[in-house]
Amino acid sequence: MKTGTLILTVAAQMLVPLQILFSLFLLLRGHDEPGGGFIAGLVVAGAFALHQFVNGPEATRRLLRVDPRDCIGIGLLLGVGSAFPAWWQGEAFLTAQWWDVLGFKLSTPLIFDIGVYLVVLGSVLTAVITLTEVDKDEA
Amino acid sequence: MQIAVLTGFVLAILVPLLSRCCGSRTGLVLALYPAAVAFWLVSLAPEVLQSGGIYFEQAWAPSLGLSLSFWLDGLSLLFGLLISGIGTLIIIYASGYLHGHPQLARFYVLILSFMSSMLGVVMADGLMTLFVFWELTSITSYLLIGFNHEDAAARKSALQGLLVTFTGGLALLSGLILLNVVGGSWSLQTLLSDGEALREHALYLPMLLCLLGGAFTKSAQFPFHFWLPNAMAAPTPVSAYLHSATMVKAGIYLMARLQPGLGGTEAWMTILCVVGAITMVVGAFLAIRFTGIKKVLAYSTIMALGTLTMLLGIGGEAAMIAFVTFLAAHSLYKGALFMVAGALDHETGTKDIDEMGGLRRAMPVTALCAFVAALSLGGVIPLFGFVAKELMFEVVLDAPRFTGFLIGMSLLASVLVVAAAGIVALRPFFGALKPTPKEPHEAPLAMLAGPCVLACLSLVLGFMPWLAGGPLLAPAASAVMGAEVVTDLYLWHGINTALMMSMFSLCVGLLVCWRWANVRAVIHRFSPILDRGPEAVYWKLMDLLVRVAEWQTRLLQSGYMRNYLILTLLTFTGLTGYTLLVRHGPEFDITLDVRLQEVVVALVTAASAIMACMMRSRLAAVATAGVMGFGIALIFLLFSAPDLAITQLLIETLTVILLILVLFRMPQFSSLSTPMERARDMLVAVSTGVLMTLLILTVLAQDLFTPISEYMIENSVPLGHGHNIVNVILVDFRALDTLGEIFVLSLAAIGVLAMLRLQAKEKKAP
Repeated sequence: MKTGTLILTVAAQMLVPLQILFSLFLLLRGHDEPGGGFIAGLVVAGAFALHQFVNGPEATRRLLRVDPRDCIGIGLLLGVGSAFPAWWQGEAFLTAQWWDVLGFKLSTPLIFDIGVYLVVLGSVLTAVITLTEVDKDEA
Repeated sequence: MQIAVLTGFVLAILVPLLSRCCGSRTGLVLALYPAAVAFWLVSLAPEVLQSGGIYFEQAWAPSLGLSLSFWLDGLSLLFGLLISGIGTLIIIYASGYLHGHPQLARFYVLILSFMSSMLGVVMADGLMTLFVFWELTSITSYLLIGFNHEDAAARKSALQGLLVTFTGGLALLSGLILLNVVGGSWSLQTLLSDGEALREHALYLPMLLCLLGGAFTKSAQFPFHFWLPNAMAAPTPVSAYLHSATMVKAGIYLMARLQPGLGGTEAWMTILCVVGAITMVVGAFLAIRFTGIKKVLAYSTIMALGTLTMLLGIGGEAAMIAFVTFLAAHSLYKGALFMVAGALDHETGTKDIDEMGGLRRAMPVTALCAFVAALSLGGVIPLFGFVAKELMFEVVLDAPRFTGFLIGMSLLASVLVVAAAGIVALRPFFGALKPTPKEPHEAPLAMLAGPCVLACLSLVLGFMPWLAGGPLLAPAASAVMGAEVVTDLYLWHGINTALMMSMFSLCVGLLVCWRWANVRAVIHRFSPILDRGPEAVYWKLMDLLVRVAEWQTRLLQSGYMRNYLILTLLTFTGLTGYTLLVRHGPEFDITLDVRLQEVVVALVTAASAIMACMMRSRLAAVATAGVMGFGIALIFLLFSAPDLAITQLLIETLTVILLILVLFRMPQFSSLSTPMERARDMLVAVSTGVLMTLLILTVLAQDLFTPISEYMIENSVPLGHGHNIVNVILVDFRALDTLGEIFVLSLAAIGVLAMLRLQAKEKKAP
């Protein structure tokens, strides 16, 4: 696939960091306001998809540093892992645990949400990047 | 208790790291885990003896009454000690046997996972806990049999074992659910305390058959025995551990566990005695048919499993004592013999007994271990196996039913087993030295430790059976019996009928061993009949399965998206429509109370849907479908569901991106469908749409259940600490559902990856 035009390149330079930031914002505020891991994951996947349209899949892989497939794995591990702290406390599996760390509300649902975020990001990007790369291989 | 059981899984995860820093000593380090479990079990033994059992429970899904619960009593203790004790020796042995194997780490991962699963099976109290661990042993066994996965035969055998045990697993699951329905509890302890109610229930027989189906397939009882000899494709440590000492005894364990609750009835005694006795003779008979040393041992294991089943069927105090003694004795000598077989294979390069001979000079220690263990297998005084065999004969002589049949069968089986013992222990080591593919030499220390320890135990316990009798076997027998059992084991029972039977089987057995070649020639004449055994039925069934799969794939999997959609939508419309019209009747009332903006959005959405169908270019169709999606997002917004609206918008955006990526790969857009097809598609689409509308109207008009949204709204802040109810539901109240969904999402991504990558590779390498 061709890399982007001038307008797209400039727009992407400004939008991609903003989108990533916005996704983190959505992720963290999700528990009280509209947002959450799933939505934030979609936003950040959109950001990387845009980046990829402009700079090509290799550049996006470099930017990500982690293989999107590994993102899926880490996300699933976090999701499953958040089930265990309750076990430690002798409560039923997946019961939410809340800790107060320096005034911040930390909790297992947050860990779980980050897991969802990573899985969504990983899944969408796996599909998008693979589709582009296969296209390029064939061309 | 949970830590002891589950540590194996954690260790399995850490193996790759460990093997990097410990190198060839990894095996010794890992062996510390089962060793620690064994010590822990020994230290708990007095407490178990005194209180009758230790209980542990961890809530899992309390609303369903499910929990992760363990129960350690005499029976679990005996099994636990066998698993952890022999496990320790096996890991050390494997570090010698597979020394330098490039995938040794993978082996450790699997064997540790298996060990944990097996400990879970024998200590589980919750029915579902039991089932989960049970299936885990099947899966790990599958991976271990197929350890040499580049060998097609190994893969085939692994799959066969998996299919047979999984089919049994399904039966077991039904049985466990029936058990819960009948007994009203998920806890084995509670269920078994009221055996009367279980035995007199109308569902007793189906429940028993299902549970026994699980146990028989796992423990290779006739006619499911054929998978076990094939499982010998696994590396020898696996055969020694899974397929003689532990996993195949899981079925036996289950029957023993259920005996106080379900045992003692007419059906129980008939099925177990008959199946057990037949298995015993079939196993022993087939053992002398083959020349592969591991096959001979595998069939003699089947014989032992049959004997154990038969003893459970006979029932009564003496039978239970014989059962636990035979169980312990068998694990000791069979473990040792398998390890010897592995040493022979490892040091000579062949598995065929006919190719070995005169090895006693080259491998003196191995020969000694083999000799002692085989004496125990043959039931020769003064080995532990002799004690077990005497007890078995005494029980059979006093059997309340089928006495003549059982005496005949057990005598025949023990003659054949003596022959098998002689074949395994005498033929390779005595006689003239035969040339082998490798220059034979003594096995390394790591591979000698296991058989030596087990053979010594067989000898020591033979002279002093009370060492095991009082502290270990008595509580186990009591647990199987469901009542206190006094165990008084001693070596010499005096000259009685049982001893006569032993002597007789010993003499005839040695005769058979001596004329083995002639016997095999006679058996060989019958092989056309023997080859038509249950295994042939299995292959027929597999053939049938493949053919049915082919047929239904051709029928349903046309490869055209439109056909899938039509099929899915029609099925959905048909079934739901039928229920809606027949069960409920579409009752609703339409009150038109809409605002102007809602009408506009609805019209735009509907119009774009119609437009999308009429577009002549792909890109335009995608774009109009996008408009429809945005319309739906607007509707969400109008009804104040911002989270849904955001999600919808994002999904629409990403869908367009993905579609465009895919569209580049498509051929030119052309009108492919005939007017007839378009009419058909329209019919399907319209009927689905009408049904959905009716469905929603009906649901809104009828209050079948109190909506759960009230609960969510009220508890979101106090319980979930969040104001965004949607998110609280997703990550807290219904976190398990979300977990399932992200797994599905991951699978979809992996599917896309596999499909595209594999296709690309195929194109590259034509």
